[in-house]
Amino acid sequence: MTLLLIVLLPLLGALVPLMARNLPRARLAWLTAVAPALALGIAVFHLGDVFSGMVPQFHLPWIAELGLNLSLRFDGLSGLFVLLILGIGLLIILYSRYYLSGEDSLARLYSFLMLFMTAMLGIVMADNLLLMWVFWELTSLSSFLLIGYWYQLSEARKGARMALTVTGAGGLALLAGILVIGHIVGSYQFDDVLAAADQIRSHELYPVALVLVLLGAFTKSAQFPFQFWLPHAMSAPTPVSAFLHSATMVKAGVFLLARMHPVLAGTDLWFYIVSLTGLATLLYGAWFALMKQDLKGVLAFSTISHLGLITLLFGFNSQMAAVAGLLHIINHATFKASLFMAAGIVDHECGTRDIRKLNGLYRYMPHTTVLAMVASASMAGVPLLNGFLSKEMFFAESLDAQLLGGLSWLIPALATLGGILSVAYSLRFIHDVFFNGEPKDLPKTPHEPPRYMKLPIEVLVLICLLVGILPSLVIKDLLVSASASVLAGPVPDFSLAIWHGFNLPLLMSGIALAGGVAVYALRHHLYSFQRQFRARNALLVFEANVQRLVKLSERSMDSFENGSLQRYMLWLLLTALLFVGIGLLVVPQLGGELEQQPFDGMLLTGAVITGLAGLGTAITHRKRLISLLMLSVVGLMTSLAFARFAAPDLALTQLAVEVVTMILLMLALFFLPQRTPKESSARRIMRDVLLASAFGVVVASLNFAILTRPVESISDFFMANAVSGGGGHNVVNVILVDFRGFDTLGEITVLGIAGLAIFKLLNRLRLFMPSSDLDGRGWSPDRHPMILATVSQTLLPLALLVSVYIFLRGHNAPGGGFIAGLVTAVAIILLYIARGVDWTQRWLRFPYQPVAAAGVLIAGLTGAGSWVFGYPFLTSSFGHFTLPVIGEIELATALLFDLGVYLTVVGATLMILANLGKLTTPHRPTKEKM
Amino acid sequence: MEALYATTTGLLAACGVYLTLRGRTFPVVVGLTLLSYAVNLFLFSMGGLAMHGNPAVVGAGSPAADPLPQALVLTAIVIGFAMTAFVVILAMRARGDLGSDHVNGNRLDDSKEKEDTK
Repeated sequence: MTLLLIVLLPLLGALVPLMARNLPRARLAWLTAVAPALALGIAVFHLGDVFSGMVPQFHLPWIAELGLNLSLRFDGLSGLFVLLILGIGLLIILYSRYYLSGEDSLARLYSFLMLFMTAMLGIVMADNLLLMWVFWELTSLSSFLLIGYWYQLSEARKGARMALTVTGAGGLALLAGILVIGHIVGSYQFDDVLAAADQIRSHELYPVALVLVLLGAFTKSAQFPFQFWLPHAMSAPTPVSAFLHSATMVKAGVFLLARMHPVLAGTDLWFYIVSLTGLATLLYGAWFALMKQDLKGVLAFSTISHLGLITLLFGFNSQMAAVAGLLHIINHATFKASLFMAAGIVDHECGTRDIRKLNGLYRYMPHTTVLAMVASASMAGVPLLNGFLSKEMFFAESLDAQLLGGLSWLIPALATLGGILSVAYSLRFIHDVFFNGEPKDLPKTPHEPPRYMKLPIEVLVLICLLVGILPSLVIKDLLVSASASVLAGPVPDFSLAIWHGFNLPLLMSGIALAGGVAVYALRHHLYSFQRQFRARNALLVFEANVQRLVKLSERSMDSFENGSLQRYMLWLLLTALLFVGIGLLVVPQLGGELEQQPFDGMLLTGAVITGLAGLGTAITHRKRLISLLMLSVVGLMTSLAFARFAAPDLALTQLAVEVVTMILLMLALFFLPQRTPKESSARRIMRDVLLASAFGVVVASLNFAILTRPVESISDFFMANAVSGGGGHNVVNVILVDFRGFDTLGEITVLGIAGLAIFKLLNRLRLFMPSSDLDGRGWSPDRHPMILATVSQTLLPLALLVSVYIFLRGHNAPGGGFIAGLVTAVAIILLYIARGVDWTQRWLRFPYQPVAAAGVLIAGLTGAGSWVFGYPFLTSSFGHFTLPVIGEIELATALLFDLGVYLTVVGATLMILANLGKLTTPHRPTKEKM
Repeated sequence: MEALYATTTGLLAACGVYLTLRGRTFPVVVGLTLLSYAVNLFLFSMGGLAMHGNPAVVGAGSPAADPLPQALVLTAIVIGFAMTAFVVILAMRARGDLGSDHVNGNRLDDSKEKEDTK
């Protein structure tokens, strides 16, 4: 539980600065520091267990089905990183308080920092690979916020975007790699993965998993060729750079290498990919660190170079090399964080980071100079400092690498070259900035920074010295326990001594130091050499590529989404044709084993009328009214077809809907153009006819193929259980209100929503109302013919009676809520037509929206009612009652549900039609005078 | 008979699709309605065509028609109506707000249409 607190505390701490943002800065800084300080305390408390070889773990199932659990571990490796993240994080909090100017929001920076800290802690403590990945992506997101902190600067925005794109893409590769590993192992828990290490390494998917995981690590740790994002992340405020590029963010990549070392390392493939990438990055970063004129740029490229060094060490596949890698992680974090902070002080006090202008600052800030000198010397690998220890171990390990065969000597040679360059740029950082003449037109006159701004640097430099002078005392325990988790086994005996006697590594160190000084002395020749190459700004190249991608996707989107419904329909139809067509191609023969049933003259006539009416609808579509009449013939024929094939419920529904649809479409047509102008080119018509024919052929073939094959229906169950389970004899209705009641509830809800949407669409609709028909004839003056008015009025009670009858018998004989609702609606609509809106509304004063809503509510409550009795949603119960006159009647809760259906249908239908009809009255609110 | 039924369904579907490919709202709505008839007939036939069957009512005698496709199609008819209504009123609204009943991506309100309606 306390483990969870280590991660949770900084997360909660992210809220603290936001809530305290109006406090004075000093107090804000102290308050923010509380959460990470507590977390650090807990971590230190656990460290004792870790040193004695235990691994505290925390496990909370999260989405266990997917293998994702909230599992945390605190082994040596986690411990090392937690100390770095929280320790340096605390120093950064103190430093930021002085660095950030008054205009910038300190609270926002703190909040982002804490968020980022949480994500980093999550990565290093996750005991589940998927969980680790979640935190991994969180670091990408929160570092995006941090790098883009000065969002008003275009550089910062672009740099943040680039960092997010590169590390985010790498994160996706990592996820894929983790999934492959999970596929091999069958679990994402780290212990399971660790136990299956041999299985993974010998699996045929190992290379895939390895490359994907390494892509994640290399993008994050800015390894060649993904190094380009890191220098541009320097547009972040310097405290952020100091945090991101020393102890965190970029260290997440090498952390991943360390974490997966016992699982993935040990193969030749690992050696070749990891060590060669590391070597290339080491040299590339070192060279450009020497060339950069920007103070932070020098540090950025030196960071790349040192990350390459660590990667190279992990790539060596040797136990001692892994130990050296871990040691260098600690050392690099300490000296690089202090160097960044020193660079921040210089920038803060001088107003520029240009090395060509910064000279001789020693006289203005001697204290800072000394601190920077020590840190730089550590970076260069000068004896008595921590950088020297890891560099010696690095040189020693490079001598042992044998896998390059006859060319293996290249590795120590190139390692020494890297060492030479590293000395040269460290020297440059000190000599060019703090000595070497006088400053040239600085924006500000430099002086020493506030006392406590230097404190974080002093702490880190002290650690550099302590580790460098007393390594066994200060760092050995931590290093051994971290190595134990990286090696997943016994740690080789090693001595952390400054003096190992005269040997080859010492000679290499000597060459590096002397060579570095020489290279620095010759630097101007190197600069002019470098100037012959055209400098390419990675930011511009990246942005240009992004722009190109965006253009490409815009172009392809435009060709799909051009605003033409016809185009969309085309794609939709082609897709449908493709998939169904393929399905039909696979079938050996169209007809199945079933004999066709014979047809009689009546069926033939019906089919011919339906077909002709359908064709007529299409052919006469430009004369819209005629087309509509043709359509109504199809609808009626469909209803007859339902009746012919023993589906009375469907026939009734179709008939009622047909009436309502036709009234609706006619009303709509009144407001729309009466004719469709001739627009389509012959070629377009040809295309559409072909497409439609193809679609028709596919539908017909499919239908025929299914009809001539025997069906395995689940309906027997419904037939058998309708009476015993649903208390009704009409199985269709029982299915609707009972077996599949939940579907019906959804459907009437949709109906209600459609009605509401239409009500809203009609609100304040301005429409052009034609005053005459197409040929210029005025509308009939007899708006409400008397015969119709009389008949409709007489019919209304009769129709209502019929609908009640249909409703009540629906459970046992054809009928039910849907049909009854439609019959009621049709009767009321007839009244509207015959008597007009004004008259009808005077007599029928009920609003339709609440009726529809009440319907959905009743149906829903009926369903929920079964909860009261401890049954699942929509369980129906029924009983038999004997009523006088009528006789025995069966009452089921399903009837109540059906009442809901009935009310919804009535309400929604009238909401649609009555509101549309209202538009035709002279009293509509937005009448236009024509 | 099955061939006759399938042909009719296919023909209705083809006519419906042709209409949905037109460039004005109203034919598209009519086409969708026609297509929904075809789809309903198609779905309805999934349980087989009961030439001499009885309604799916317990006690009405066997063979009984398959009730499941019927239940599905019944709601489909009602929902289909709601959607037709929504689309046609959307078309009216579009004409009211945009001044055009084009769906071919062409927003220009041509004068021919004005003449038609006058």
